[in-house]
Amino acid sequence: MSGALAKPVMRGMLAKRLRFHLIAAFSLAIGIAATFKFAVAEPRKKAYAEFYKKYDVAKEFEAMREAGVFVSARPTGK
Amino acid sequence: VAKVEEYSLPSYFDRRESPLPDIRFVKHLTPEQQSLKAKEKGSWVALSNEEKVELYRISFNQSFAEMNKGSSEWKSVLGGILFFMGFTGFVVLWQKHFMYGEIPHTFSEDWIARQSQRMLDMRINPVEGFSSKWDYDKKEWKK
Repeated sequence: MSGALAKPVMRGMLAKRLRFHLIAAFSLAIGIAATFKFAVAEPRKKAYAEFYKKYDVAKEFEAMREAGVFVSARPTGK
Repeated sequence: VAKVEEYSLPSYFDRRESPLPDIRFVKHLTPEQQSLKAKEKGSWVALSNEEKVELYRISFNQSFAEMNKGSSEWKSVLGGILFFMGFTGFVVLWQKHFMYGEIPHTFSEDWIARQSQRMLDMRINPVEGFSSKWDYDKKEWKK
């Protein structure tokens, strides 16, 4: 043999591939889920909580009524 | 007796997933190749490197390295895709100019303005959406 080649990998190819892809799949899945939770879900929950802290439903109703969007509660006629 | 068509016999193929095809690559051996095959029946140590490669090439067309080699075909494919997407743009322009009629009156500026005011009055999406961007006290969009 002019320059003997290294013996190629004969075994364990599926196991190696599976190990890599399993770790990658779980990391990506968990990472993306965590990113979504902390970038989208939590801020949204906070936004709703903040909104309803200062929400006066009676005042909002009167404002909407005067604007004329209701059929059964017409604006208090002038 | 019906003639045996060549495509109905076992065929040769270079495939990564099935390494040993049904038949040898070279079907009809030349006299040199036949004598080489006879020599193969003896001790393989007697074969030179060139003879071993020749025997390989008799049995196989491309080596695994050759058959797995990538090509630049993807560049042509991508170029073709983008080109026809661009052509589609021209088609759409032509359609808008020559084919489609007027858009509905509900897209006019005045209508959209009155529609938006009504949405604000109804408090559409007041938490994170449309109405949340409007300042009801100053009667203007929030900065």
